[in-house]
Amino acid sequence: MADQEITLMKGNEAIAHAAIRCGCDGYFGYPITPQSEVLETLAEQKPWETTGMVVLQAESEVSSINMVYGGACTGKKVMTSSSSPGVSLMQEGISYMAGAELPALIVNVMRGGPGLGTIQPSQSDYFQACKGGGHGDYHLIVLAPASVQEMADFVDLAFTLAFRYRNPAMILADGAIGQMMEKVVLPPFKPRRTEEEIIKECPWATTGRIGGRKPNIITSLELRSEEMEVINLRIQAKYREIEAKEVRYEEFMLDDAEYAIVAFGSAARIAKKSIEIARSQGIKVGLLRPITLWPFPTKEVKSLASRVKGILSLEINAGQMVEDIRLAVEGAVPVLHFGRLGGIIPDPDEVVEVLKSSF
Amino acid sequence: MTREEIIEKGQLVYKKPTLLNDTPMHYCPGCSHGVVHKLVSEVIEEMGMTDKTIAISPVGCAVFAYKYIDVDWQEAAHGRAPALASATKRLWPDRLVFTYQGDGDLACIGTAETIHALNRAENITIIFINNAIYGMTGGQMAPTTLLGMKTATCPYGREVKLHGYPLKVTEIAATLDGTCYVTRQAVHTVAAINRAKKAIRKAFEYSMQGKGSNLVEIVSTCNSGWKMSPEKANKWMEENMFEFYHLGDLKDTGADK
Amino acid sequence: MTMTEEIIIAGFGGQGVLSMGKILAYAGLMEGKEVTWMPAYGPEQRGGTANVTVIVSDSPVSSPILSSYDTAIVLNQPSLEKFEPKVKPGGTLIYDGYGIPEPPTRKDIDVYRIDAMDAAAEMNLIKTFNMIVLGGLLKIHPVVGIESVLAALRKTLPERHHHLIPKNEEAIRKGMEIIKKL
Repeated sequence: MADQEITLMKGNEAIAHAAIRCGCDGYFGYPITPQSEVLETLAEQKPWETTGMVVLQAESEVSSINMVYGGACTGKKVMTSSSSPGVSLMQEGISYMAGAELPALIVNVMRGGPGLGTIQPSQSDYFQACKGGGHGDYHLIVLAPASVQEMADFVDLAFTLAFRYRNPAMILADGAIGQMMEKVVLPPFKPRRTEEEIIKECPWATTGRIGGRKPNIITSLELRSEEMEVINLRIQAKYREIEAKEVRYEEFMLDDAEYAIVAFGSAARIAKKSIEIARSQGIKVGLLRPITLWPFPTKEVKSLASRVKGILSLEINAGQMVEDIRLAVEGAVPVLHFGRLGGIIPDPDEVVEVLKSSF
Repeated sequence: MTREEIIEKGQLVYKKPTLLNDTPMHYCPGCSHGVVHKLVSEVIEEMGMTDKTIAISPVGCAVFAYKYIDVDWQEAAHGRAPALASATKRLWPDRLVFTYQGDGDLACIGTAETIHALNRAENITIIFINNAIYGMTGGQMAPTTLLGMKTATCPYGREVKLHGYPLKVTEIAATLDGTCYVTRQAVHTVAAINRAKKAIRKAFEYSMQGKGSNLVEIVSTCNSGWKMSPEKANKWMEENMFEFYHLGDLKDTGADK
Repeated sequence: MTMTEEIIIAGFGGQGVLSMGKILAYAGLMEGKEVTWMPAYGPEQRGGTANVTVIVSDSPVSSPILSSYDTAIVLNQPSLEKFEPKVKPGGTLIYDGYGIPEPPTRKDIDVYRIDAMDAAAEMNLIKTFNMIVLGGLLKIHPVVGIESVLAALRKTLPERHHHLIPKNEEAIRKGMEIIKKL
């Protein structure tokens, strides 16, 4: 496939193609609906014959994430993908990677829970993705794509951020974005880094003591509390830097808006349609779409509160991001939540009705 | 007389491997870990793989193995070492990749990772220390605890009705098509130590030759957990452990591949 | 004037609902239009209900998920019951009479019948059933040109099936012929 060609594919397929193209070294995954096309597409594309990328179907999500952990220890660009129940199983490994400060990419194509739940789309893993998820004080860098194009673009972005900060990054998508087909221009091919480049760029990695250097040890273990606090403080300082530098968001029709919807991922797409409908009825409403869910665009939401009379948090869950909006707004304007549960996607008309009845 | 003076006079009769550093080990006196660490270090050095080795340590007594052997180490979550090793070896095929795991880590919480890594014929070696007890957490029952053996969580002795049977993971591993070399060794006598070293060397060589996965079980003592003197523990091991965990090679297809 | 066509195609799994939507979306893509293809996915591979929302537009598509549609194409009774009420007033509903004993009743929309299943059986080309339906749609709403559909087929069908493209074209033209307004 030539560079820059416009093509039509599913979000899950775009993730796989983008991974091959951005020089990913290894993918380790386990089938689960609605994300299995990622592993299927990679298996069909056979990148081990072209770029040399390793693709392996693991025996479980627990194993997948620990393969990612092992690969990340060695400085390679490694990733996994799963859907909600599988991502729950991965939390242990994600916590270890955050603790050992390792770059990696985890893709969660969310489905409705709790438990085995449903295979239909949901955004109910916001808390899990943004507030830690596993044990210990940590954050992932969380990107929320709202189109197939962003599914493709965020793979490279996530790796860039993960390596910049030596922190695991997550693409938090949902079944709708994963399963839908849209136009996409795949990113250009970037060669995988050579072993020499990795050894140079990741002097911390466990690549073997090439050149007789001192041993590198990747661990999250430190039994001396005074030392463990120092490590935690260093990680927290890194998080403050990420919060200061890496917030990403999109504004849509906010210039003259009296009300704002805050929504991410596929909910933001629905919000745009609702805004078209509402504006045709004379309701001036706009959208703020967080692209990074962590770091959350706190300042931008706070400033939004000074410009509008009310904010609606539209989420495909029971109300999770709304807590971060309320923390940002500090009571300046009413902040309401609307969402549907169990794999039901709110339709644009019902969102307009909620806008009308709420404000 | 200083160490250097003794060496100068040609009286050196033993030298620890260079890879084994001077950090005092946290292992209990009489524990088998120290001997196995030494053997692993010697084999890496003798194979000239010092700069190409990536090791994975477990959760358990050997969690700090990375403090003692001067190669690159990854510290895995409990039971997951074979998953880390699988990815590491696939991503760096010319490296010597091995895990070092105890019975709780390998045969209990990490059974799935162990069996599947071995059966995928990952070109790695698993060093498996089986002392039939959880050492680090204070002597609880392991999957390999013998029937009748007393631990903190089977204080009246392991019995089938309550706890089921001890697990012979190494026998299972020998039935897997992915394994190349599966052996059970011990380090309680000089002769046994020499055999164990040969076994580790063979396993490492097979994994570098791409012949599949290799499992070296070392039946070991845990004096603290067993509440015995080192000497008595060795005797008890010979009389009880070896009865159930027979020493020797269970499988060696390296020559055929 | 900008054009946006919001279409739902619904029927049984195995009727080619998803692939018909895909060909339509692909043809739109080849004409430089904005397209989305959003399936209602389920655990069933065959036999269950299947539907797909396809939007073809001159401008970027906001929501790929809709509450009402310009056009509904329904190929079984449950789909008719589900989607007839969701056609916008003045919109279009197309149905295959085969397997729909209770036809649509709304008077504020344009209703078309296409006996594609019968035609496909007559032509001995059961597998082109969905292309007959697509032909019917293109007759009344030329969302995309027939040339683009054929180009999309060339693009999406594996090479070994390219010899079937003329049959597909025949089916599309058949659909254009047999669709009738009620």
